[in-house]
Parts: sequence; structure tokens; C-alpha cells
Amino acid sequence: MRTERIKTDVLIIGGGTAGCFAAYVIGQKSHKKVLIAEKANIKRSGCLAAGVNALNAYITEGRVPQDYVDYAKKDAHGIVREDLLLTMSERLNHVTKVMEDLGLVILKDEKGKYVARGNRNIKINGENMKPILAKAAAEQENVTVLNHVNITDYKTEKGKITGAVGFSVNEDIFYDIDAEAVLCATGGAAGLYRPNNPGFSRHKMWYPPFNTGAGYAMGLLSGAEMTTFEMRFIALRCKDTIAPTGTIAQGVGARQVNAHGDIYETKYGLTTSQRVYGTVMENREGKGPCYLRTEGISKEQEQDLYKAYLNMAPSQTLKWMEAGKGPSEENVEIEGTEPYIVGGHTASGYWVDNNRATTIEGLYAAGDVAGGCPQKYVTGALAEGEIAAEAILEYLDRKDDRAVTENKKELSEIAAAKKSEYEAHLNAPRSLMNAEQLEEAMQKIMDQYAGGIGTDYRYSETSLAKADEKIAALLPVVDTLAASDTYELMQIYELRERLILCRAVIAHLAARKETRWHSFGENTDYPEQSEEWMKYVNSRMENGEIRILYRDLITKKSVDSNTAAKGAGER
Amino acid sequence: MSIRIQKSKCVGCGRCIEACPGNLIKKDKEGKAFIRQVRDCWGCTSCIKECSRDAIRFFLGADVGGRGASMVVSEKPDISTWTVEKPDGTQITIQVNKKDANKY
Repeated sequence: MRTERIKTDVLIIGGGTAGCFAAYVIGQKSHKKVLIAEKANIKRSGCLAAGVNALNAYITEGRVPQDYVDYAKKDAHGIVREDLLLTMSERLNHVTKVMEDLGLVILKDEKGKYVARGNRNIKINGENMKPILAKAAAEQENVTVLNHVNITDYKTEKGKITGAVGFSVNEDIFYDIDAEAVLCATGGAAGLYRPNNPGFSRHKMWYPPFNTGAGYAMGLLSGAEMTTFEMRFIALRCKDTIAPTGTIAQGVGARQVNAHGDIYETKYGLTTSQRVYGTVMENREGKGPCYLRTEGISKEQEQDLYKAYLNMAPSQTLKWMEAGKGPSEENVEIEGTEPYIVGGHTASGYWVDNNRATTIEGLYAAGDVAGGCPQKYVTGALAEGEIAAEAILEYLDRKDDRAVTENKKELSEIAAAKKSEYEAHLNAPRSLMNAEQLEEAMQKIMDQYAGGIGTDYRYSETSLAKADEKIAALLPVVDTLAASDTYELMQIYELRERLILCRAVIAHLAARKETRWHSFGENTDYPEQSEEWMKYVNSRMENGEIRILYRDLITKKSVDSNTAAKGAGER
Repeated sequence: MSIRIQKSKCVGCGRCIEACPGNLIKKDKEGKAFIRQVRDCWGCTSCIKECSRDAIRFFLGADVGGRGASMVVSEKPDISTWTVEKPDGTQITIQVNKKDANKY
């Protein structure tokens, strides 16, 4: 492997929504050198690849940021960081305006006001939102984009971040990057559990299958404190295509009905997890399949749905065309997905302070990889990108000792060790095992023992212990895998990331001895919600093992009395 | 859920390779694009939007309701034209104006 060494002020790992916006903000506000290291290409990478239907987090007229905090808190049954939610909510409308100025189409009424969909959403054409954002980031003079580079590990020294290492996905190049500050914006994790469509369409899933939990794994490996991995996200989706249901539910007012045509959503509650839970329960009781009741909508509404899906999930439109029957003639069948770990919908991720600083000095997190702040969606990821960008600039201003001092000729010990680890995989002889097989094994274990679709999201202390034992046994096999090129090397590291994250998820599920969010987790030993568990389950990796920590809730009250403002790292 | 790249139409420009968010497309020995593993496609259609030769078509796997139809999209600055072609040769075209926001 050839070595490339790069020095930058700010390294942004992951050029998705949060990462690109942070780069744009730093470009607008300073001359600090920014490097975006992106596994694919920032033009379409991350959650916005196909587009996005609406902006789901916006403070509509007559409402205030605290309303959004209250909504998210209720939806998460109390396990949120109200301080983080508030700082995000305060910026939602500002970042929306920035995107509109960059070229995003937002629907307006005759008075020039945004048209709301429900209480918190506004209507857009989001098909090209990512290309617009990527272009804005790349055009900044001080921003360099390194596409097709996979980062696998941070470099730290005395508890401070000093950069990261990785490799090119296309060529035999090892990257050693020195940075004064690092923003982790790698997104969440898909593919831990056996998916809805495990065969040919195994990647036809809700979340990007290319988001494999790199940021979570790097955080764990470097000893950062993490939070709320047990709050998994399970989406309620259109069957097979795993396309969004909200567009139909909110767009044409379709209700959730069972096979007998009975509306069941009111029976179980309307939070995100309760909508999934109701569907699971109706199926368990033999009243499935379940549907969104669309029969009887007008042909005009049907045409609008076709277009809306083409702008975000074209497979659903194609499916209607294939069937020769649209939603006006046939109800849309729905199902819950496999569990994902994603801080933009639930609250899993880095334990951060209001600046989105992690517990490692110089390391910040934004978007799906940052914890405590659910329901952030696209605009929340932009808001966190901006908060982190501003905080990083302040940090660089006050940082006195430069981590990157002189240009040493030799690779640091960490970098050299990592390079030989990559080379060992590239030079290893082919064995009977490969990354694809191990991924299947991991997904089967997680499905059966750690609450996947196969058990209706149920698990017990005993089954989780089994899951951990089996997942732990796969990890050493990863070290022996051979890669014929750096693309295969990336697959090995994606597998490693997922396995490390699986261990953390299992430990968190076992630690929360209650069932707080139906379907997101059904703890059969403790099937009820309990007041005692109104606290955060956090963790840190120590000597290769997950150590669980508990933290008191940070509420509006405690924020006012100022325990959180100091920052997570200081407590 | 995947894509098929028609070799005869591919001119080897490499734009789909650059855009795929999964790094799934590469060039063969003749310089034409191919997908490494059809099962790894997310179905985001990024590559199809990049291709100016309509060489990439999108289809549903049989396990998610596919019965042989495929779809292609042609991009103009303001208009995306999506065309579905069924196995019997019938075509359905839907145009989406990029300046129009989704109604839902």
C-alpha cells in the first residue's frame, strides 16, 4: 500500500447531510482548512441518495421550539436530552432558509409562506437536496473533498483526537490524516439484523445499507461514552419496497386497518413505536395482514402519490405499475422493518454536550451518529452540523497546544499498526470464510436472540447472553479474512463495525430492565414500563468489553438549573 | 431491487461509478460499467440519473413484487421523465417537474 499523509485543521468523516452542511458552515465563516473524507461520493451519499419527501422537523407558524422538544420527548417516552433537542429546534427554521437559498424547492402559498403538512412538516421537492448540499460544500474555497476513502479508526493522544486513518476504496492507498479537530458524521447503522427481504433484495431496506455504524464503532473503540443504543428504530413501511408510509398516512389521510378493515391504530397509540407495535400485535392475533386504507382515493391523489414516491422511493411507484393496480384500487400493505441504530430518529449515539462535543477532546458528532436527540430528521442533522461547526471553530481558536506539531517523517505507531493490519488482510490467503458469510451469521444471531423481526422484536436476558456469546465468537474470525482489493477490505471493516456495535446494542438491551418502547424492544423478562428506568443507559468500551453506566435525565428543569450546560465531558 | 446496465449502450464515461453511494459499480476490461453484485443495490437510482445514454434500468426483484418491468429516468434541468416498460412492451411515462414540491 502506498501511503498518503494529509494535514488539515478540521477532518469531517462522512459527507452526508450533517457533514456537508458543517463543511459549508465552516467555509462560510472561516479560512480553516476542512477535509471531508467520504466512503462513496458526497453527491448522493447518505440518507438523501434517492431524495426526501418532506422536511419533517420544522417549527410551523404559531409554534415554538419548546413545542418540538415536548413532542419528541413524548414520542420517546421521556428518554431524550431536552437540552440537545432545544438547541437543535432553535435552528430548524434557520437551516431550512439556508437550504432554500441554496436552491431547495419549498412549497409556498399565495402569500409566500411555507405550506405545512401537519404540525411540524413542510412540503418540498427533495429529490435533488443532496446534490444541492454537496455542491455548496465542495464550492467552499477551504473545503477539500476526498471521495471513495473509508476511514476505520481515530488517532488519539492523551485523550485528545489527533486525526484518523483509512484507505481508498478504489486504489491501494493508505491514508494517514492529521487534524486539529474531527467531526464524526458517519450516520447510523443498517444491516445488523436480518432484513425484511433477506434474499435477492437484501438491500431494499429503510436505511442506507452502506451506513454500517463506522462512527459508533470508532467511538466505542476509542473509549468515548455512548448513549441509548437500546432504543432501536423500527420503521413502519410499505411491504416489500420498504418505502415510507407517512406520505400516504398524512398525505391522503389513510388510516391503519387490519385484514377485517378495522381501524386499529387508535387501540395502541400513535407514537412511532406504537404504530409498529399495533401492526405486530394485530398480526400475532391473526388479524393481519395490515394495511393503510387507500381504496377510494381519487385518481388525482393517486397520480400525486406516484410523483411523490418517484422523488424519494421510486421502487414503490414501480411496484404499483408492476401490479397494474394503484393505491386507489388496492390498500397498501404495511410491515415493521428490522431494527436499525440511528440517532436521527431515536436517541442512539455519542454522548455529547450542547456543542455536540463528545467525551474525547476535539471530537464532535452530528446527525445520526450523535445521541440523545431523536426526531432530528434532515433539518435536525443540518442544525447539528451547524452547531458542531461553530463549536469546532471556537475550539480551534482557544486550542493552545497544536496536536499536529512538526512534519514527522515516520508514521506514528498507531498509523503504522493500522497500515499493517490492512495489508495483512490484502495479503492473507483465501480461507473458507468471507465477509458475506459472517454478515449473514451476524444477522441471523441478532434476529433470533436479540429481538429481530423473527421474534416480533422480543428478547430475554438468556437470549441476549446467547447473542453476545455468538457475536463475540465471530469477531476473531474477521481478523483472518482475506481481501483481494480495497473494496473487499472495506467490506471486512464494515463487518467489524457492525459486530462491535452489535455487542454494544446487546449490552444496552440487557441493561434496560423494562419495556419502554413497544416493538423498539420487547423485553420478555420485564414486559412493562417502569418509573425506575427514567434514566439513560450509557456505555464505554474498556479493554474490549462494554461497560454500562447510568446517567440521570437531563430535563428542562435540570437544564435551567444548569447541570448540562457545562458539557458532557466535564461531568 | 437492482439495476441492469446495458453494455451495448454504455460508453464508459464512468459517471455512474463515481455517483453510486455504495461503490457498487466498476469498469470491466472493455471499459464498460458493471455492477459488482446485483444484490447489494439499494435502489436509490443515483446511477440512472447520471447516465445520459439510458443504459441503466431499474427493476424490482421478484421477492419484492417484480414481474419483469423496468424503469428509466431521463433528466432535463427542470423535468425528470420516468418511463416504465412492461414485459409486453407497454410503456407508462410520468413526468415530474423539479420546481414543483410534493403535494403530500
